[in-house]
Amino acid sequence: MTAATGPAIEIAGLCKTYRSRSGDRPVLDGLDLTVPAGTVTALLGPNGAGKTTTVGVLSTLLAPDAGTVRVAGHDVTTDAGAVRAAIGVTGQITAVDELLTGTENLRLMAALHHLGRAEGRRRTAELLDRLALAEAADTPVATWSGGMKRKLDLAMTLVGTPSVVFLDEPTTGLDPRSRRALWDEVRRLVADGTTILLTTQYLEEADRLADDVAVLHEGRIVARGAPDELKAVHDAGTLDDVFLALTAPPADQEDPR
Amino acid sequence: MSAVTAPATASAGPRPLADVATMLRRSLLRAVRYPGLTVFLVAGPLVMLLLFVHVFGGAFGAGVAPGVTPGAEGRAAYLDYITPTLLVLTVVGGATSVATSAAMDAAGGIMARFRTMAIAPGSVLSGQVLGFTVQALAALVLLLGAAVATGYRPDAGVAGWFAVVGLLVLLSLALNWLCVAMGLHARSVETASNLPMILLLLPFLGSGFVPVDTMPGAVRWFAEHQPFTPVIETLRGLLTGTGTETAVVQAVAWCLVIGVAGYLWARSLFRRERRL
Repeated sequence: MTAATGPAIEIAGLCKTYRSRSGDRPVLDGLDLTVPAGTVTALLGPNGAGKTTTVGVLSTLLAPDAGTVRVAGHDVTTDAGAVRAAIGVTGQITAVDELLTGTENLRLMAALHHLGRAEGRRRTAELLDRLALAEAADTPVATWSGGMKRKLDLAMTLVGTPSVVFLDEPTTGLDPRSRRALWDEVRRLVADGTTILLTTQYLEEADRLADDVAVLHEGRIVARGAPDELKAVHDAGTLDDVFLALTAPPADQEDPR
Repeated sequence: MSAVTAPATASAGPRPLADVATMLRRSLLRAVRYPGLTVFLVAGPLVMLLLFVHVFGGAFGAGVAPGVTPGAEGRAAYLDYITPTLLVLTVVGGATSVATSAAMDAAGGIMARFRTMAIAPGSVLSGQVLGFTVQALAALVLLLGAAVATGYRPDAGVAGWFAVVGLLVLLSLALNWLCVAMGLHARSVETASNLPMILLLLPFLGSGFVPVDTMPGAVRWFAEHQPFTPVIETLRGLLTGTGTETAVVQAVAWCLVIGVAGYLWARSLFRRERRL
């Protein structure tokens, strides 16, 4: 379905500062990142490193202060509409309508993608089935568990068959079974040619899912590579060790061990 | 550096009308799922109808219409006097709910989701505004029913009724846009209805419950120059068949000013970057 000739995501020199009356807080400080089409890249980093801000810029919710950001070949600043047509976003806050049922939420997305009635119904049924939500589909989402809402959130993201998908901590708070179901879905999407950028706190998730890992620290990418490469380069047994070594706060770095 | 092509299933190009219709459908579906809100819209004005007409009305009626004796005659006169006010309060109540609903969308992730989709940006808020106007109309029918059941007999003709409905719809759209903006301006869902609450007070500080010429100087000046007075006077005139043209022009002008200002404010708040 996708015919990618360039990278799906290209970020060069991205800077972003949150400005407020209580002072400016720089979050991204010259971030560079390229994600080839059809791959899964995991963005790792400690809390506050700028992962969510990066996803915010990529998904056109935040305007970059400096640098160029292209998604699916389109510039997020000058061609936001084309970027939006190509992407699907599952943010950190679950973005579902709690008063509606699962089916109604998915049909709402189908209508907004102008899929047409029959195709909308087909796509809704398919996604409900794929994410194992069919049983609860016609009950209001307010009565669902957090894990089910999360899966519906992902299903809503996929209704429009996006070529680039951003998942911001998609499995936070999910039980192991739901997490596996979500991983399976990610693998299926990549097999279909979708590009995925996911942020996560779970390094096991990055290790299992990602072709590539990018470690974000203090607003820049400090390491990049396949999980095994990173482990080898940093002479570490697990991604946890790599992560801790790369993202140590300054005080720890001065502390001789 | 050519693009990853868009999926073939989605039709190309923006379709604002289709998107507004979809968002309106969502708003109405939410109203059906949560009918308590529409009932709540009627509850306030309904309690006022019973209290102000059937408890206080016997005395109040004699105060608002010359030559009316206290008691049953007073109650009938006061029912005529405040039914238009209660219609306006019902519309204001609907607008208060839009603020809460918009704040809920903004606090949950769904508004951010809509903003990352290739849809007409205006459809997100328009759907809410139109949806709550439809809900307000449903509440207005219920309230008028209750007024008629307790003895209200308006004198408006067919053209008069069209004008009444038209002005109420215009007022509802205008206040809904203003309140959507207030809801987005609020920092939380809990505080979203604080600013719109001020609107609920305005009919009391106008010709809603007593004639403005009975009020002391400064209050009277305010009552004569605030938007709800001409709106209520126009509705009262239309429903009793004795309107003044000045009030009509002022009422429509106020609605247009409030609506346009509310729309522009809401649009700028919707476009504003929200910290993630």
